[in-house]
Amino acid sequence: MRAFLFYLFSILVGGLFFIFARWLGNDYLFFAGYTVLQFIVLATAWNILGGYCGYVNFGSAAFFAVGAYSSVAMHKLGAGVDRYFPEWIAGFMKLILPLNIPTLIILGGIMSGLVGLGTGYLTLRLRGAFFAIATLALAVVLQTLIVNWDFVGGSRGAYIIRPSEVPILGSYIQYLFLVMLVLSVVALATARIIEQSRLGYGFATIRDDEIAAEACGVPTLRLKLIATTISGALMGMAGAPFPYYIGYLEPSSAFGLAYAVNSIAMPMIGGTTSWVGPLVGALLLGTLQQVATVTISSAVNLLIVGLLLVGFVIIAPKGIIGLVQDFMRERASDKGLPTWRSRLAIFANMRPGAR
Amino acid sequence: MAEPLLHVENLGKRFGGFVALDGINLSVQPGERVGLIGPNGSGKSTLVNCMCGTLHNETGTVRFDGRVVDGLAANQRTHRGMARSFQLPRPFHTLSVAENLRIPLLYTAHSRSGRHLSHGEIESRCHELAALVGLAAKAGKLPRDLTQVEMRKLELARAMAADPKLLVADEAMAGLSQSEVTDIVDLLIKLNQRGVTIILIEHIMRAVMSFSQRLVVLVSGKKIADGAPNEVVNTREVIGAYLGE
Amino acid sequence: MSVDLLVNAIIAGLLLGGFYAAVTVGVSLSFGILDIVNIAHPAFIILGSYIAYIVNQTFGLDPILTAIIVLPAFYALGAAVYQVYYASFEKRGQDALRGLAFFFGLLFVTEVMLILVFGVDYRYVQAAYIEYTWHFGFMDLPFRMVIPCVMSLLMVGLLQLYLSRTFTGRAIMAVSQDQLALQLMAADPIKIKRTAFAISIATASLAGAFLIIIQPVEPSVGREYIGRVFAICVLGGLQSLPGTVIAAMLLGVVESLTATFSGPSWAPAVSFGFLLLTLAFRPAGLLGR
Repeated sequence: MRAFLFYLFSILVGGLFFIFARWLGNDYLFFAGYTVLQFIVLATAWNILGGYCGYVNFGSAAFFAVGAYSSVAMHKLGAGVDRYFPEWIAGFMKLILPLNIPTLIILGGIMSGLVGLGTGYLTLRLRGAFFAIATLALAVVLQTLIVNWDFVGGSRGAYIIRPSEVPILGSYIQYLFLVMLVLSVVALATARIIEQSRLGYGFATIRDDEIAAEACGVPTLRLKLIATTISGALMGMAGAPFPYYIGYLEPSSAFGLAYAVNSIAMPMIGGTTSWVGPLVGALLLGTLQQVATVTISSAVNLLIVGLLLVGFVIIAPKGIIGLVQDFMRERASDKGLPTWRSRLAIFANMRPGAR
Repeated sequence: MAEPLLHVENLGKRFGGFVALDGINLSVQPGERVGLIGPNGSGKSTLVNCMCGTLHNETGTVRFDGRVVDGLAANQRTHRGMARSFQLPRPFHTLSVAENLRIPLLYTAHSRSGRHLSHGEIESRCHELAALVGLAAKAGKLPRDLTQVEMRKLELARAMAADPKLLVADEAMAGLSQSEVTDIVDLLIKLNQRGVTIILIEHIMRAVMSFSQRLVVLVSGKKIADGAPNEVVNTREVIGAYLGE
Repeated sequence: MSVDLLVNAIIAGLLLGGFYAAVTVGVSLSFGILDIVNIAHPAFIILGSYIAYIVNQTFGLDPILTAIIVLPAFYALGAAVYQVYYASFEKRGQDALRGLAFFFGLLFVTEVMLILVFGVDYRYVQAAYIEYTWHFGFMDLPFRMVIPCVMSLLMVGLLQLYLSRTFTGRAIMAVSQDQLALQLMAADPIKIKRTAFAISIATASLAGAFLIIIQPVEPSVGREYIGRVFAICVLGGLQSLPGTVIAAMLLGVVESLTATFSGPSWAPAVSFGFLLLTLAFRPAGLLGR
């Protein structure tokens, strides 16, 4: 019942925003909205490994970029079918290429998921600190590889010609917005399902005390690999439509620092113990940044994000939802009865593994 | 003599230059109640860690239930039926008491019983275990709201939740009052009567003597005595180890 | 492949390696001994570079001299950062996640603030010796690399002496191994740890001066050094200063050879690739613990 309400509610909200933006007739809202939705996916993905399992990933940009560049690679492949394939395959390839966005998303997810699995397999046997450093290293290594790979444009970058019109909807950016909306719901649903499942409990034990978890029979290495793969895959899925959104992709924008910081700051400011945290963090910070970029400058808005991250980590480590939870718990205990606030908290599953 | 449930052969473990365990041999029969004692630093906890997979031994073998378990990770050994409680309680601090008990039931019980437990079965087992150690009233509380004593009981209950064949209780009774110690000893004996083999590591001599059918003494990484409790405590070496010569 | 190209690449690598040792030694202290993953360390180094730059621009003072003068300020900064870290994280027993996020935030904020104040242009210093190069036959020894290398090794050597000969130094080494024993010796472990961390940040001041002598600096340069620093730290074995120097030289040579023969665009991958490989296959380091 709760699950149904969740999906209904999120589709309603997204749909309402979409209709409103269309009515305004201003494409800017779609561009800005796309970015915020993208951050919802990234923040949620990061939180599956970071918040639930306690393993920090500094290389979100790497996974995002793998998704983006697999799209670029497929685009280039499609544009030059005759050049890359012998004749007898070319004809067949021309039928399936260029791939549409949903397929690219799945492809991006698979590639990033594999990268996540590989990185995890190499480093997850070590302490969490080493894993975090390894993710930093991964981002730089991948960026260097891409910069030196001419097929996808190398440091010069790659142009993606996107269709100007889409049947039914009209504007292409509105199509991308809807795609990203669906992806956000998928990401949030994934996080929510994990939280309520046995997997979510297992993740929590890894975060709380890995050695005790092992003693209780939790297969910690396997679970960590699962978390890394899902997290990486979702980030790659967020990255796959990006070249089509931006039109011109170069390594410094795909691997941009903004992705690493935001995917950490949003869940940590929103709250890491539940799927609501990254959502809140992404909506707040994402919107804040959109406003700041337009009114002040993009460097300053990144500074604000960084300062908020440091501030929250020191002062309010449980994030916004932690603050709300504490507030609600105090109010509920005053009356001793479940209030509408505490019921709302249960609906949003704001306790780890709560059913 | 039947095949031992646990057979530790020539186990050795070093930390850098320090020899923590030196050629330990230990055999435990199914259904036995074994006490393991020794001065601080003698290697008791290291032995437990090596047996249960938290640490890897450099030399020697550990056989459990007829099979060698040396290469297996700790969680795999728990699946085979080895459970342990930690000397310093390690509860999952963001999970409630009931949820702490739920973890072994979710992850290990199916290996032990051959099928997945239903949601209802897990819930009832949780409550059963909590009641067994007297934590039923606090089932919804977080570990930080428990007293030291209650945390030790949770630690023990969580080990029992894994439905073990062998339970290694590492100093489960430190800090408990006289009556609480008696309660825990009774609890462990009851568990043993249900068929669980138990190795009890303790400093509280009263508990060890009343509980153990066999007593093993560890000093400086070596086993110096292994036999009936009354005989062992009267041997020269053991008295010497505790009083100093 | 010409021999003098090879030899010069190796020499450049060794000189660079000496400097890398100075950069890393701070992290050997904070990560190897205190077990604090201070990924913001390169940010402090860049800060040191910019301070050396400003003083050099305004007063024409030599960067290394500047660094020595500013040393106490960096020491105080390190002590302050440790206090915040300790009060917010270690005392509360927070999971490592928050500590890492804290330092990452610091790294990020420092970089963005530097961008806002100084912009993204490369900055460099003027000093009498930067232009000179020693020539030994076909071997070239540029002063701008020799001086930092020599001074780096000097600094590392002094630190090693301090850690092994003085009471505080030995207490620092001890605190990583046995905090209780330290308390029984009537030394306050928190104060010792704070001293160690403060020293680690102080080394960043000097390392920053060395950096801006070797190469022009802009705010994002720090991030390249994260991989290098941790690669050397892990490769050298976390607590061994001599190991750090050897690992630093090794990395320097490999990077130099890669840049000379495969092109500079591959250079960043070297240190980070090293790091990944080390973590995957030999996490205890070359001289492993």
